[in-house]
Amino acid sequence: MAAVLRFVNRTCFGSRMGLQCLSLSRPVAVAKLVQDGASAGKTLPERVKIVEVGPRDGLQNEKTVVPSEVKIHLIDMLSEAGLSVIEATSFVSPKWVPQMADQVEVMMGIHRRPGVSYPVLTPNLKGFLAAVNAGAAEVAIFGAASELFSKKNINCSVDESLQRFEVVTKAAKEAGVPVRGYVSCVLGCPYEGKVSPDKVAQVAKRLYSMGCYEISLGDTIGVGTPGGMTEMLQAVSREVPVNALAVHCHDTYGQALANILIALQMGISVVDSSVAGLGGCPYAQGASGNVATEDVVYMLHGLGIQTGVDLPKLMDAGAFICCSLNKKTSSKVAQATCKL
Amino acid sequence: SWVKIVEVGPRDGLQNEKTLVPTEVKIHLIDMLSEAGLPVIEATSFVSPEWVPQMADQVEVMKGINRRPGVSYPVLTPNLKGFQAAVKAGAAEVAIFGAASELFSKKNINCSVDESLQRFEEVTKAAKEAGVRVRGYVSCVLGCPYEGQVSPDKVAQVAKRLYSMGCYEISLGDTIGVGTPGGMAELLEAVSREVPVDALAVHCHDTYGQALANILIALQMGISVVDSSVAGLGGCPYAQGASGNVATEDVVYMLHGLGIQTGVDLPKLMDAGAFICRSLNRKTSSKVAQATCKL
Repeated sequence: MAAVLRFVNRTCFGSRMGLQCLSLSRPVAVAKLVQDGASAGKTLPERVKIVEVGPRDGLQNEKTVVPSEVKIHLIDMLSEAGLSVIEATSFVSPKWVPQMADQVEVMMGIHRRPGVSYPVLTPNLKGFLAAVNAGAAEVAIFGAASELFSKKNINCSVDESLQRFEVVTKAAKEAGVPVRGYVSCVLGCPYEGKVSPDKVAQVAKRLYSMGCYEISLGDTIGVGTPGGMTEMLQAVSREVPVNALAVHCHDTYGQALANILIALQMGISVVDSSVAGLGGCPYAQGASGNVATEDVVYMLHGLGIQTGVDLPKLMDAGAFICCSLNKKTSSKVAQATCKL
Repeated sequence: SWVKIVEVGPRDGLQNEKTLVPTEVKIHLIDMLSEAGLPVIEATSFVSPEWVPQMADQVEVMKGINRRPGVSYPVLTPNLKGFQAAVKAGAAEVAIFGAASELFSKKNINCSVDESLQRFEEVTKAAKEAGVRVRGYVSCVLGCPYEGQVSPDKVAQVAKRLYSMGCYEISLGDTIGVGTPGGMAELLEAVSREVPVDALAVHCHDTYGQALANILIALQMGISVVDSSVAGLGGCPYAQGASGNVATEDVVYMLHGLGIQTGVDLPKLMDAGAFICRSLNRKTSSKVAQATCKL
């Protein structure tokens, strides 16, 4: 906790010294920002794929555990809402993640909509085999851009974790199962503080080279701002083609939509989000985590970008899961609409 | 790079909160905001207390605040009478509110947009004579709760009128927060054809979570003045329970992260936010405050 406080103090409590350092180190980002303005709105993608992580990332990070039927119904409602990728569950050992203990039941219980993908997390070969056995047709692996985070989260170095994943991607290749790679802490780490964009690029490159079809870059503690996002994406897109990149922004500091917007301007066309903004921040008690899918969709549709998502149906799914969790939605669009 | 933040919490914020706070609390809030380095703090409103009882202590507030050198404390003045009362109470800057929607104007101040502008011309004339600066606001620039879509050209016309009659700055308000960055870009293109971009400000509401994205695109288009409200004070009168003003803390966090200077001391700003939320007995709407306080 102390480490987190120090980190927050360094980056958020902008003392005059801190501000000056920031402004000295970021004039390039600002100039680019204004430059981008010249073509603002003209370089946005026509279509954006939304990767819905609510049922896994969301529910895993909620205090209340929901019954399997609720999870299944949520996933079915999300399928109905037109989402094309819905992260269904996780094949991490239930010892570590009890909320996902019903992984097999969920995989067997959901109604798979044609054309929709239901990826699941697989931390290692054992998890991968169990996942395929349970019917998974796509899996996801998680790397980190921070050594300390890797150590604290999965008890090994970044390199060791990547070696472990290579075993998974090999097996997946043989089984014809696509693999999605995640990189955590791309804009900051709760333990290390600042994270170098080049480190992120290295990890992303490794995941891509070992066979991941897409790399999702996660601002795990939501501390990133658009300048940092720009810098990071510039570094990563030198190693991985931009159409194989996705952004996974957390809204802990309210920066998610601004970060997503700048990512879109830089050619990103895949965005991760969580219905109703499910999933708090494990590093800042009570703070929010995932950005709400409803709010992302609202922005994208307002920009004239297609997503295939039916917003009212999506909001129904959000209302359903919030009811089941007995919690208020974190989506502003849902808050605004429900009250009218 | 520099962005001027216009802090509207003590007026726009408190006016739209259910709970009324005592005068001492308002004064203390404004003093804390001055300490936090904000260069412009909207202090109160000289609209008749009959309409806005929350601002009935307007004179007391003006007399009670510690004016920090270099900081401006504008007040709202809906007409000449309000203007005169404001100046008498010590106001050195005033603000007037036009709308880009006829229906909104009718429902809000019971006259057409044109009639309201004529009324304001009296104020700007008097203000010019008295050497008092006037800031103009345009409401409903990205949508109206009654009319729905609002034409960017209509906004541009109203902004142009306000600018021509002497307002030094025009704040464009997304009153119900429905705007998205594409609409913001379109709007600013239209308005900046009539008013120089350095005389424009954006006043984004976060009702649909779009505020920071809208502000970002405005910055990209050369806007360098942003309105916001400490702790995100001020709900949305048109969507019960929904949020309204964007939180100053969240705006400052983004700007500082971008390397843009604001003169604001974020920890002191958060202290001010914590103070007013305690007094209002409500949780902050600022995500930065939520993230930081819980640690």
